[in-house]
Amino acid sequence: MNYETVIGLEVHVHLKTASKMFCGCSTKFGSPPNTQVCPICLGFPGVLPVINNKAFSLGIKTALALNCRIAEFTKFDRKHYFYPDLPKNFQISQYDKPFSHDGFLDIETAEAVKKIRLKRIHLEEDAGKLVHKEEDDYSLVDYNRAGIPLLEIVTEPDIGSPSEAYEFLVKLKNILEYLEVSNCNMEEGSLRCDANISVRPIGQSELGTKIELKNMNSFKAVRQGLEYEAERQTAVLKEGKKIEFQETRLWDSEQLVTYTMRSKEEAHDYRYFPEPDLPPVVPNAALIEEIRKTLPEMPKQRRERFIRDYALSGYDAQILTKEKKLADFFEACLKIFNKPKIVANWLMSDIAAALGSKGMSIGEVSFKPQDLAEILGMIESGAISGKMAKELLKESIDTGKRPAEIAKVKGLSQISDKSAISAALEKVLSMNQKAVSDYKTGKGTALTFLVGQVMKETKGKANPALVNELLKKRMGGA
Amino acid sequence: MVSKDNNNKKSEIDVGYVAKLARLALTADEIKRLGKQLNDILGYIGKLNNVDTAKVQPTSHVLPLKNVERTDKVVPSLRIEETLKNAPLKENSFFKVPKVIE
Repeated sequence: MNYETVIGLEVHVHLKTASKMFCGCSTKFGSPPNTQVCPICLGFPGVLPVINNKAFSLGIKTALALNCRIAEFTKFDRKHYFYPDLPKNFQISQYDKPFSHDGFLDIETAEAVKKIRLKRIHLEEDAGKLVHKEEDDYSLVDYNRAGIPLLEIVTEPDIGSPSEAYEFLVKLKNILEYLEVSNCNMEEGSLRCDANISVRPIGQSELGTKIELKNMNSFKAVRQGLEYEAERQTAVLKEGKKIEFQETRLWDSEQLVTYTMRSKEEAHDYRYFPEPDLPPVVPNAALIEEIRKTLPEMPKQRRERFIRDYALSGYDAQILTKEKKLADFFEACLKIFNKPKIVANWLMSDIAAALGSKGMSIGEVSFKPQDLAEILGMIESGAISGKMAKELLKESIDTGKRPAEIAKVKGLSQISDKSAISAALEKVLSMNQKAVSDYKTGKGTALTFLVGQVMKETKGKANPALVNELLKKRMGGA
Repeated sequence: MVSKDNNNKKSEIDVGYVAKLARLALTADEIKRLGKQLNDILGYIGKLNNVDTAKVQPTSHVLPLKNVERTDKVVPSLRIEETLKNAPLKENSFFKVPKVIE
């Protein structure tokens, strides 16, 4: 019998706001523990939370970009559970009236374009952060993260394999970055993903018992964890056994296995009820339309435009639009140096390599579009050679110094001044009479030799094309 | 949490379960006494079941308010001394709690 995998994802995204969801504490990452907290996010009695309108707008923007419907009426609810990361013993979330629902995201699988339906997107607040040390018998709590606006994006169980899940996440992150609604930094926890996975015999209509999978800290880990679970569950079914009960399992990225999580609370009874301190929200239709107008060009449209307007290949356009900042860099550079294919090649080869060796992305270095344009302009005018350009580029990315400055300090400049070359040229000609006469009798290789000698004489700084041209002129046609 | 019989009139509350969710350690006597009180309350509230609500919109909030929002502006947080003042246990600037393991 053959089996198929059914996967649904829950993605949590920190929204890019300056202050928290319901209070004015900063959302800045990496501050000393418990320095960005107040009576509201610490859940003191008698305080009054108030909705951050920027968080709400960013949520709507995301929902619109993901083809969701915006609810005409939405409210917040309290979700109760006891865990020390939750200062109030409840989380303000949305239960039966999420602000948006019924969207979709298209992914490209090996065979075709596949529509992954989105069940709902809702707003909630994040919890605090727990620090456990193995050797200690206590845990430490930092509530700086508690109350940061969080968007929860829930898919329908439409994902058919771990690699589809991976593709979905890459696509979603790409869109979120284009929307500039989140930093999407998995290491800082601003993008997190949990998965539900079950396996069933092909042809069976009801779903198998699902397992919730957590603790995957990268997209790669999501794929690996799901691959492991799909295999584990299939093996159980193949033995004629059953997945006995729903449970939460954690991915161990070192042992490459999943294991049962000790239950946070025996009974998952969250006792949801409407948050009495937050009046409901009736999203304003005019506001929604206003937000719709601010939707930027999406990755897919931008890719198609790059192919159309800049005559790039599908492959080049795909790579350049994968990261919004890279696509922005490309277009900013074209404004100064308008040769798309040349700019694209430099971005995808030497710049990509230099960034790769630093483990950084284009937005994280001080190398700017005008720097690349400057270097390419220098090559074109003959001021530097292609080889010098590569050196210049690498150094500029590494040190953050401007290319022209480096060229000056290192004496990286190509001699394209005829008079400056002619002295070296005359010297070479007088010392290589034989080559000159060889050339005159039609020996082509003699010219290559002489060019090489002039280059040597100028320590490689002469413009080889110019040297070639000057030599030919000086010796008369062959 | 609450089981209803077919007539939708009588409700029975599982006090032990509710107490567990609320992290309350109750004695057998307390469970009995509180159970009676809670069931009396439920019975009283249960009178609402006799009202015809077929044409009434469900309400989640009692005040005629909606769309109360604030602008995304950072205001100063508490000073760390104040934040940790009521904490029974602390370490450096962390709250310290009994060990929780996932």
